[in-house]
Amino acid sequence: MLIVADITLVEAVTQALAFELANDDSVVVFGEDVGKNGGVFRATAGLQERFGESRVFDSPLAESMIAGLAVGMSVQGLKPVAEFQFMGFIFPAMNQIIAHAARMRNRTRGRLSCPIVFRAPFGGGIRAPEHHSESTEALFAHIPGLQVVIPSSPKRAYGLLLAAIRNPDPVIFLEPKRIYRLVKQPVEDDGKALPLGKCFRLREGTDLTLISWGASVHETMLAAKELAEDGIYCEVLDVATIKPLDIETILDSVERTGRCIIVHEAAKTGGVGAEISAQIMENCMSSLIAPVQRVTGYDVTMPYFQLEKFYLPSVARIKETAMSIME
Amino acid sequence: MTTVAARFEIPFIQILNEKAELKTPLPEFANDKTTLLNLYRNMVETRIFDKKAIALQRTGKMGTYAPINGQEAISTAIGNALHKDDVFIPYYRDYAAQFQRGVKMSDILSYWGGDERGSDYSTNNKDMPICVPIASQCLHAAGIAFSFKYRNQDRVALVTIGDGGTSEGDFYEAINVAGVWNLPVVFVINNNKWAISVSISKQTAAKTLAQKAIAAGFDGVQVDGNDILATRLVIGEAIEKARRKEGPTLIEALSYRLSDHTTADDATRYQPKDEVDSASLKEPIGRYKKFLEQQNILDDNLEKEILESSTEKVQKSVDEYLQKSTQPISSIFDYHYESIPDYLIEQRAIAMEDVNRG
Repeated sequence: MLIVADITLVEAVTQALAFELANDDSVVVFGEDVGKNGGVFRATAGLQERFGESRVFDSPLAESMIAGLAVGMSVQGLKPVAEFQFMGFIFPAMNQIIAHAARMRNRTRGRLSCPIVFRAPFGGGIRAPEHHSESTEALFAHIPGLQVVIPSSPKRAYGLLLAAIRNPDPVIFLEPKRIYRLVKQPVEDDGKALPLGKCFRLREGTDLTLISWGASVHETMLAAKELAEDGIYCEVLDVATIKPLDIETILDSVERTGRCIIVHEAAKTGGVGAEISAQIMENCMSSLIAPVQRVTGYDVTMPYFQLEKFYLPSVARIKETAMSIME
Repeated sequence: MTTVAARFEIPFIQILNEKAELKTPLPEFANDKTTLLNLYRNMVETRIFDKKAIALQRTGKMGTYAPINGQEAISTAIGNALHKDDVFIPYYRDYAAQFQRGVKMSDILSYWGGDERGSDYSTNNKDMPICVPIASQCLHAAGIAFSFKYRNQDRVALVTIGDGGTSEGDFYEAINVAGVWNLPVVFVINNNKWAISVSISKQTAAKTLAQKAIAAGFDGVQVDGNDILATRLVIGEAIEKARRKEGPTLIEALSYRLSDHTTADDATRYQPKDEVDSASLKEPIGRYKKFLEQQNILDDNLEKEILESSTEKVQKSVDEYLQKSTQPISSIFDYHYESIPDYLIEQRAIAMEDVNRG
């Protein structure tokens, strides 16, 4: 019998990278400190040793350069997996990602394309220094040509990262670092990708749909469990791909439950929660028993770590919001 | 104690001066009359194209256009020196090189005419499209060069940039990584002295732009960019050096923008008239024509033939451009992803209905 090891989310990232490096020699993994050091979160640990410096390598310290190199590599048929050390440092690369990677296929009518994965650890909750805890996924979800993927478990990290690398277009792959090592799961190293653009139903319920992604999925699941003890049965969806949204699964659930709360760590205004809420209103308003609610980070700069736990959506806030729409 | 930690010098290369006098013996490639004539024909063709493109914009038949007048030698030299399998990563003033690499004149007109098909080069499927966000293309060149190195191919990436572009971070990041990874890439700066209305003296305190290569750990060379012979020589040598895996080169080609920045600009507002007058005397085609006549390679009959056939070629391309039908509205949805997602199928249907309503 095959024994499948229990691994963490960050180990699942490493496992997926290793599988695809072995499987496809057009895959290269690069970024700051990803080589000998194996990444500041150890996401690329052991990969350089195993696949050599030509496949897994450190780049000079420049984020726009990391993204621009990936554009050049990818139009020549390589499949670069480029790491940004923290999402808070991704801003110098925005021009390359938005003005080039996202547009190349369209502006050349399909002559050139950019099969790139831009990886970045993101989100708060690990008592990190300033600029290390941002959740700016909505900036990317807004851009035509990009896809944005956020796993929330080791299994989904493995399957979705494989799918992202095999995707023919650029994918922003955001790794919730607060849950990098929160739980372990058996993840079979079978090279099977999970579908992009699909929600995952983590819990079935009849009274209320809770929608989340990334690290907040865990508070959302805890809230659902506690609400069930009070007789409120929540369905929980992990959106997983915030662009393109699997709106069908979301609508199907909300039509059945009639209530919906979207939980995300990013700031509220212009967040992906607003988009989901708008699409629910456009498509199934008559099924709603209560107005759609959002439990999100506040519209403030990500606080330093002394106060960050009060910024992150808590189980209590989710539960309280749920109670308020249950009458 | 003080010693010298590093010294550097920047060579300047000129073969044919502005009076069409040879300053050095002719380079080897100049032994081939066909090559010499091809260089001339390409520059002339490009200038005729340029005038026609401006006229198309002025008469409302094309959008904003960035002219190349006065800078044909640099672009022609690039197109002539690159191998077919190499990859050219152009900024937006390099038509002469693009034409030699198989890009159709009508493609360039389509591009400035507001049609994405203008970057879908039907005769060349690996060169990059024109790059508008300044200097960002330098990093693509480094990435493309990396892919050649990774696959152990004898190919070279050549990227062009204007003088203003050398103030951008992406330029420095690109030369830095090209140096540290010893990439097969050539950077050519078209120093035409003006970044729209900002003169080179306001971009940098450095004496040359070529010396910026020193900080990246490789050679920087300055060349008279209006001297097609010197420019062809220097660019050709840099390309072959890169092909031999001996590292990148930064070439600063000195020229002058004898045109508006684009057709939406009026350079008379800021370019001093005496400077323009003096630059006009140094432009590349006149001196090269004189040289070819001195060498008995060009005479009036051949000149007439070149002008006529170039004009005809340009006119044919203009006709092709003008006759091109507009893309269907569905095209704005169809190329964002390899397979079109559901939400775009939905939006495409709305757009098509909207267009059909008129």
